[in-house]
Amino acid sequence: MQREGSALRGLGVVFLKELSDHFVSIRMRVLEWIIVLLGLLAVFNAIQQVKETTAEDPFLFLKLFTTAREGLPFTFVSFLSILVPLIAIGMSFDSINGEHNRRTLSRILAQPIYRDALLFGKFLAALFTLSVCFVALWLLVIGLGLYVLGLPPSSEELVRALIFLFVTIAYAGVWLALGMLFSIVFRSAATAVLVSLGLWLFLSLIWPTFAPYLAVAASPSSDEETLILTAQYMARLSPSNLYAEVVVAILNPTTRSLGPIYLSQLQGAVLGAPMPLGESLMIAWPQIVGLVAGTILLFVLGYVIFQRQEVRA
Amino acid sequence: MMSADNVIEAQGLTKRYDGVAVVKAISFSVARGEIFGLLGPNGAGKTTTILMLLGLSDISEGQARVLGHDPVREPLAVKRRVGYLPDQVGFYDNLSAADNLRYTARLMGIERDEREEKIAASLDHVGLHDVADHAVQTFSRGMRQRLGLAEILMKDAQIAILDEPTSGLDPQATAELLQIIRNLKTRNVSVLLSSHLLDRVQSICDRVALFNKGEIALLGTVGELGQQVLGIGYYVDLEAEGAGALEKLKSLPGVRSVEPAGPNHVRIYAERDVRSDAAAAVIAAGGRLLRLSVETASLDLIYNRYFENAAGARHAA
Repeated sequence: MQREGSALRGLGVVFLKELSDHFVSIRMRVLEWIIVLLGLLAVFNAIQQVKETTAEDPFLFLKLFTTAREGLPFTFVSFLSILVPLIAIGMSFDSINGEHNRRTLSRILAQPIYRDALLFGKFLAALFTLSVCFVALWLLVIGLGLYVLGLPPSSEELVRALIFLFVTIAYAGVWLALGMLFSIVFRSAATAVLVSLGLWLFLSLIWPTFAPYLAVAASPSSDEETLILTAQYMARLSPSNLYAEVVVAILNPTTRSLGPIYLSQLQGAVLGAPMPLGESLMIAWPQIVGLVAGTILLFVLGYVIFQRQEVRA
Repeated sequence: MMSADNVIEAQGLTKRYDGVAVVKAISFSVARGEIFGLLGPNGAGKTTTILMLLGLSDISEGQARVLGHDPVREPLAVKRRVGYLPDQVGFYDNLSAADNLRYTARLMGIERDEREEKIAASLDHVGLHDVADHAVQTFSRGMRQRLGLAEILMKDAQIAILDEPTSGLDPQATAELLQIIRNLKTRNVSVLLSSHLLDRVQSICDRVALFNKGEIALLGTVGELGQQVLGIGYYVDLEAEGAGALEKLKSLPGVRSVEPAGPNHVRIYAERDVRSDAAAAVIAAGGRLLRLSVETASLDLIYNRYFENAAGARHAA
């Protein structure tokens, strides 16, 4: 059935209102400070380590993202892989059920807009807010690196760092869409946040540990190579795993493969030599597509459920 | 085909959830400038009917036209011209009253140059001008309801759909709100309101539909319903001097009975408003008219009697 008018009428109004809410909300301020402070702490430690150990490295700047000081378990990237889901879920777990609970949903939808505009507006505003936060953090890291190391990043380092920034935003998109999906499914915000965090813990910590056992259980008679590959495919159902693989491929240019390395791949290779950017991107491409597709899939699922939901509280 | 005088028409409107009908083939119309009440207990199907008319809930069967538009196919056209005050209306508590209206004004597509003027005028109309910049979290329930009405006024809506507007309000706030609703009528805005508090809205409704279990049990003016259910629509209280005069009242057309209510005081039970005929009869008989007033049957009484009768009929069957 054809509906009159544009489905996205009012999108800009919803987007700006949500953006304004995010930027002034206490919750957002706290989350921003946590991510900035912890991120800078990780970078500061990385700088100390890089200054002590690295003589000449063509990708010195990228080490700021991936190196940890001895004795410290977290790199900047690992901080992000934990905090990005938290901040994304924190921004979206009550986006729709909050409107239900405040009893504003039916009043807003009684204005000449479709539900599409409300959902898209909320999602895009949250993603934009996170993007602003990550870009600011990224600039801080680059600026700090410039100041402390006294060297400018090479163009390839800059492009790799930009790809890393984009992938981090896509990674945030997955958790944002997940939080929004649960905010549509559950009327209680507490339930939505608990289920979202539970799923995050499961996918980030438990699933990668269990994937090898599940692979064995699924095909007990397979050879070792098949089992390793099956376990890896299963582990890739976790967005955290996908993000970690992309980060390894993009920020560590010597990475030749994200799976088992065969002898044929090493033929003629100079071990430890960096891969060209295009090759690194090819290695990480399926994971990048996976993150973007995951975001779209979860958003579409939420969209379909929201369209079918009754408006009344 | 929709009548030119009707702003809302529903024909065989049905809503089913998982195969269970919660609104069962109801038909009614609302005329231009009319205040129409959808009345009945909670869970009777009033809000579902309203949401279908607004295009916010799918129609399982039947059809509706709102200002000539199909709410299913043309929801934006309907929502542009219809204002809606939901049951227990919610606002963004951290925003001021004016900011809440600003947001909905932008969603409505009101141009920037006329936005502020409309916001100020509508807040003034509902008596919230002085608190326009106060956060809504400080507002009482009555003030929130009035803010909801301000939103409808700002929209220049041709129809105002009000869901349980007086629910949870104290008598003073109810009286103020009902007065604002009456004022809507003077602006030629048609009003469709739902309520389970029959006595509160009886005074302002031109016509009502009494809901029961998803069906319209009774529809008409309160007088017509009184006539239909109680056999009487109007109670006329009359005080007059001159005993002979009161005797003549029994023979007036439309009068069912005349019962004494005190010295020189009778209550006339009639099918119609017989005040003018009664006054003329008293004066023609040489009597002196002291007091004359009319009341319609109460909706509570009509509603209860209707279901007593329906239960009695089922027992008899």
